[in-house]
Amino acid sequence: MTKAILSGNEAIARGFLEAGGKVAAAYPGTPSTEVLEILSREKQIHAEWSTNEKVALEVAIGGSLAGVRALACMKHVGVNVAADPLMTIAYTGVNAGLVLMAADDPGMFSSQNEQDTRHYARMAKIPCIEPADSGEAKAFVRAAFELSESYDTPVILRTTTRVSHCKSVVETAEPVAVKDRDLANNVPKYVMLPANAKKRHLLVEERTSNLRDWAEATELNVVQQGTTDVGFIANGVAYQYVREAFPDAAVLKLGVTWPLPEKKIKAFAATVKKLAIVEELDGFVEEQVKAMGVTVHYGKAHFPPCGELTSRLIHESVTGKPLVCKAPVPGLIMRPPTFCPGCSHRGLYTVIAKLKLFVSGDIGCYTLGALPPFSSMHTCICMGASISAAHGMARGLALKGVTQKPVAVIGDSTFLHSGITGLIDMVYNGGDALVVIMNNDTTGMTGGQEHPGTGRRAGGADAPKLSIEKLCQVIGAKRVREIDAYNLKDLEKIMKEELAAPGPSVLVSNQPCVLRYKVAKKALGVDRKTCVGCKACLKAGCIALSFVAEGKTGYAEIDPLLCNGCGVCAQLCATKSIVEPK
Amino acid sequence: MNVFNILIAGVGGQGVLLTSKIIAEAALLAGLDVKQSEVHGMAQRGGSVLSQVRFGDKVFSPIVNEGEADLLIGFEPLETARYLHFLRDGARVIYNTRPIGTIGVSIGKETYPADIHETIKQHAPAAQAFDATAAAVTVGEKRAVNLVLLGAALRHLPIDPAVVEQAITNSVPKKTLEINRKAFFAGKAQA
Repeated sequence: MTKAILSGNEAIARGFLEAGGKVAAAYPGTPSTEVLEILSREKQIHAEWSTNEKVALEVAIGGSLAGVRALACMKHVGVNVAADPLMTIAYTGVNAGLVLMAADDPGMFSSQNEQDTRHYARMAKIPCIEPADSGEAKAFVRAAFELSESYDTPVILRTTTRVSHCKSVVETAEPVAVKDRDLANNVPKYVMLPANAKKRHLLVEERTSNLRDWAEATELNVVQQGTTDVGFIANGVAYQYVREAFPDAAVLKLGVTWPLPEKKIKAFAATVKKLAIVEELDGFVEEQVKAMGVTVHYGKAHFPPCGELTSRLIHESVTGKPLVCKAPVPGLIMRPPTFCPGCSHRGLYTVIAKLKLFVSGDIGCYTLGALPPFSSMHTCICMGASISAAHGMARGLALKGVTQKPVAVIGDSTFLHSGITGLIDMVYNGGDALVVIMNNDTTGMTGGQEHPGTGRRAGGADAPKLSIEKLCQVIGAKRVREIDAYNLKDLEKIMKEELAAPGPSVLVSNQPCVLRYKVAKKALGVDRKTCVGCKACLKAGCIALSFVAEGKTGYAEIDPLLCNGCGVCAQLCATKSIVEPK
Repeated sequence: MNVFNILIAGVGGQGVLLTSKIIAEAALLAGLDVKQSEVHGMAQRGGSVLSQVRFGDKVFSPIVNEGEADLLIGFEPLETARYLHFLRDGARVIYNTRPIGTIGVSIGKETYPADIHETIKQHAPAAQAFDATAAAVTVGEKRAVNLVLLGAALRHLPIDPAVVEQAITNSVPKKTLEINRKAFFAGKAQA
């Protein structure tokens, strides 16, 4: 046994190996990505990047039915994609243990919403367990598999950003030997025809009743004795904040947030003068505790459902006394994320902004095109929505008599995740939008993972390389053209042609991600003798560029440590002052 | 020991996370409880990045509250200023004087604060500053700013320097160990 500092995600990967897990599948999504990245280095198991979360869960289901412990990992919004199989695997139950790791993102560090995965556990009627640090994350994986097999149920292992990405000390152990099970051959249990499903639903209700008894007894829910003026019920990282704020207080730490241990909660509430329920996001526990008839003195009215909690906020809310703190330095300019120097998305958005196009966006680095100076994305909903939404937009505009071809912008990984169904739909239904697929040969925003278009699997093994252009052609798209997003003049010409052409058009850029593939071109410089200070180059929106005011005008400057030599800014310069330094 | 709180602030891509990883590893080697917090994903695309390390006999929260930080390591002046209100009285600050423009500055909509060093001085009179980027370039690796700053912050860390060196060896890829150690000692010489 050795001690190591692991993130929650690293600990979950470790826990999967120690629990004898064999099949793991995931689609990348912050803050869940690292679990599968780590597992993909292990040759004795099958760990894959699936095309989307629904596929990932189905692959894991298959692993479970085959008789080996299986795990699917995804971010919270990925559970929406996987919800279809989830709701019905809850009926069939499992064969070998099946765990769904779902990572919520309170504070939305890298997400489009703050949905609370625990509602899915209640909706699917399957248990939800929540570790509070990395040590627990590892231990809870093992507990989740045992629970899954004992009660014939998939189990949700829910984390949040601070559990997944915070590191703490973990004691690692040797993997346990788990006996594989026989392939599940049991038609009434696993074929969810209505006649079978009706019988299974009865068993689901019975299972829930049994799980309630289990929740009362499990060591995952633990009472820590302490002062009882205010007693706390907390789960996940909120438990750590409570201990930080009130180190001596009595706490009922919930490792299981569905189903709740009603008797344990009532008994705990009876021992404290006032009860506080501290949980991030929704008042999921609080609502149920109130429904038990227990008085809750501090809850969502004190600890907001939006954003992250902090120990300070908890302390202040309970004591009513604000801590005296210094104010932030006033007036500091913000530093929002932006395209990397050299990124191909910059060229695309420079042209889109110039042509003032209406963009139906998608999830990925290119979502940053919504920010200045481009401000060229007008909707972004979920993975894959760009194409289908653009198609609906085009139809709606046409019915209003407006002649405007909307533009969908989507990345390669997102296209293969769920954009492809939108394109099939648009082609099939006679759509009239321009689709731009920014294929940078990786899943960029999450740190550069493989997908079917990269020609490599998770872990790096060779795979058949999917051609996005050919795929679009077989779908039936007649106008499919390759573009060079770094060549502004040609790109503008092609976009104008395709916007004028009737019917769906697909443009595919095939420039690699400069970050993932470490593309390092020679830095450019500004010729001060010819620069007239017109600021046209600044429209490239690149942090390597800046403007130095001098007298009435000034001149542009390029930071040679940041510039990646892509040449987009040079094409915007009328005096050709941006050149390779001599 | 009581919990020691460190903030490491910079810009996505500067290698903030490696510095915090090494400090956390050093705390572990020193037999302490440690928690480290960082954020991945969108913020890493050239945005503000903050990593937090807390170590001591027992650590609960992975997050440093306002007014609690004992040490702020700033990779960039503006990002240093952004977290000054997290410092307790008497806290240490060490930062890189080399500014990195924001996208707002690059597109001419905003101005990088000209008085940033005075602002930092005003809020943290004992702040130490030097051009860590230049030091990294001198060493021969512009990306080694993180190890330069770690070296410069070393004497403010309540951990045996030999343990920190061991943590570097444990944390960086073998082929970059030599250049990282060079950067570390270049930073140490600055303090």
